[in-house]
Amino acid sequence: MNVIPLTLPQPGFKWELPSRGRVGMLSLIAAESAIFTIFVVAYLFYIGKSLTGPMPKEVLRVPVLYTICLLSSSLTIHLATRALRQGSNKVFATSWFVTLALGATFLFGTAREWHHLIYDEGLTISTNLFGTTYYSLVGLHAFHVTVGLLGLFIVLAFTLLGKLRQEHAERVDVLSLYWHFVDAVWVVVFTVVYVIGR
Amino acid sequence: MSSDSIAWPAAQPLSRPLTDRVHEWVTTVDHKRLGIMYIVYALCLLVIGGIEATIMRIQLIRPHNDFVSPQVFNRMFTMHGTTMIFFVAMPLVFGFANYLIPLMIGARDMAFPRLNAFSFWLMAFGGLLLYFSLLGANGLYGAGNAPDVGWWAYAPLTALPFSPGHSTDYWTLSLLVSGFGSMGTAINIIATVICMRCPGMTLAKMPLFAWLNLVMGVLVLEVISPLTAAQLMLLIDRYLGGHFFDTQAGGSAVIWMHFFWVFGHPEVYVLVIPAFACVSEIVPVFSRKAIFGYPIMVAATVCIGFISMSVWAHHMFTVGMSPQGNGFFVLSTMAIAVPTGIKIFNWLATMWGGKIEFKTPMLFCIAFLFQFLIAGLTGVIQASAPVDWQLAYSYFVVAHFHYVIVGGILFALFGAFHYWYPKITGRMLSETLGQLHFWLFFIGFHLTFDFMHIPGLLGMPRRIYTYEPGRGWEIWNLLVTIGVFFQAAGVLVFVGNLVWSYFGGKYAGRDPWDAWTLEWSTSSPPPAYNFAAIPTVRSRRPLWDLKHPDDPDWKYE
Repeated sequence: MNVIPLTLPQPGFKWELPSRGRVGMLSLIAAESAIFTIFVVAYLFYIGKSLTGPMPKEVLRVPVLYTICLLSSSLTIHLATRALRQGSNKVFATSWFVTLALGATFLFGTAREWHHLIYDEGLTISTNLFGTTYYSLVGLHAFHVTVGLLGLFIVLAFTLLGKLRQEHAERVDVLSLYWHFVDAVWVVVFTVVYVIGR
Repeated sequence: MSSDSIAWPAAQPLSRPLTDRVHEWVTTVDHKRLGIMYIVYALCLLVIGGIEATIMRIQLIRPHNDFVSPQVFNRMFTMHGTTMIFFVAMPLVFGFANYLIPLMIGARDMAFPRLNAFSFWLMAFGGLLLYFSLLGANGLYGAGNAPDVGWWAYAPLTALPFSPGHSTDYWTLSLLVSGFGSMGTAINIIATVICMRCPGMTLAKMPLFAWLNLVMGVLVLEVISPLTAAQLMLLIDRYLGGHFFDTQAGGSAVIWMHFFWVFGHPEVYVLVIPAFACVSEIVPVFSRKAIFGYPIMVAATVCIGFISMSVWAHHMFTVGMSPQGNGFFVLSTMAIAVPTGIKIFNWLATMWGGKIEFKTPMLFCIAFLFQFLIAGLTGVIQASAPVDWQLAYSYFVVAHFHYVIVGGILFALFGAFHYWYPKITGRMLSETLGQLHFWLFFIGFHLTFDFMHIPGLLGMPRRIYTYEPGRGWEIWNLLVTIGVFFQAAGVLVFVGNLVWSYFGGKYAGRDPWDAWTLEWSTSSPPPAYNFAAIPTVRSRRPLWDLKHPDDPDWKYE
């Protein structure tokens, strides 16, 4: 006898457990939050401790427009996933594309900012403590945006190939959790770098 | 029986060529095979890490010994610490969690089998990177060998000018890579426990093993990630010219200590909570009683998880913190003894009035109980900042944390080996060799780590490669080193037992210990699908209910 069937009699009950994709993604977000926390703590700890310039006040410009882009992409991705759950694929494809475009715009903004800092202001990661903490924190976030954009792009590719259907709504939902996280982290990074640190 | 209608190709592997079988193991996503690979990998590195410890102890057996050079001694303690924590203890813990959790909660696999395989190979690759440093760290500079910065790798010793060559880079990369592996495994454990339980198994009816590993998973996410972040910063410093830990440019060496110990202290609980998990399964079965105070055990574990994240700076009393900082970390460190004490009393209460069977797994668990208690008591002693100022960086500390890790964690895991080996291989471990292993290791452990406290109290600092005669340290160091040989003999007997019993052990059958959790309801070793029909449970001890239909647990829970 290999296996004994173990079914103990029990009055009828419903057995539902949370989706593993959702729990897995939330766990990943918890871990990522811890990583960001350490970088944020380092940033806050080193504010004003640079021995040489340039200092944040002299060179940092607040990226208001790009921030609006990224934050509103949270709204569009929410609309997109809701549309997919309801089965309106056209609305989904449009809002998904807008999300991708907004995210890409934000990344372009970071690139422009870095270009300005490196070529016009002469601030690199090894210039001073501000450079070290700034590029690592903002860079870590930009890296997460990039990964998110890759995920968004893969879903978009499937959508354009006509392979994405309503039944995939839950998986797309899980990806949207990650994107919301990337947006939420930006709120923290923005506050730390451009409000407190400036 | 209807369950036999699904054919399990058990007899097949022997006839197939070796390459096929290796290929099957390398590409597997089965939680049981991955669990076994974790465990075997950890056992190999346990032997290597043990050899490194033995080299250090031979060097310290008498004053002015010249068995190894100071440089080699530095590499030995760095490699010993890093290996034992990251590539022995962690994979052992993950191996047992991987193997047992799905079986205990009535699932057919982990939540993410491919992530599981990926995590294992990341960890395996991390260990490889660490040991590849012996060959690769020379680089073009002719400097460096194995890492020699200690397992905390305090700044600024790790900065480029002080650690030229690539040895420190290998150390950093190996921890970074295995850190991502741990993160993957932790995500998997959490998702499995939360989302894969069989019908009827509510959170309050889960085996404690699953509960405690869930807490461990959450802790891993919250404490390995800071280490990963700190390693990224170190890499930025070393490769991109960053200044995080560069005191010359305004950076801080102390912040590395904070980041490291934010990981380093909860890491002890990451390792000891799964050890608690094993003890919580073994003690009831060999006391023939249900676990005492199940809800309190869960609450105490969650409590330990929370408090453990606010005690880290007790490693840093000597750095010079504010009185408020010292006060906070003294109190929080002492507070953690409360939930831990609750657990110890619960295990004792489980044994109280039980029909205790002194089989090898139980022997290890009883030794665990008393040794972990002593380890906790020396911990509370050092939690007091003024005492710590006296004892920090001495052999007293080394003795204390080896009491936790060897006397606590390793003993519990040895118990787990003896308890679950029949399930994993289908054969019993030899009881005679098991007892021999226990007594050799027990005597060796106490010779080594009891007497190691004393040179610490007499002022012997850790990490010195030799010492002057005439300070009263000689006899203690001699005894400590003699103990190591007993421990080594114990481990040899253990490895011999594992190998011999695999081929010649008694067949175990489904349920050799008359136990109560779901893993014992399936064959030994379990089929690839674990359960032919997904079980339904009504209490914490489903097999008890099955064996005693007249007096089932669910009537009382």
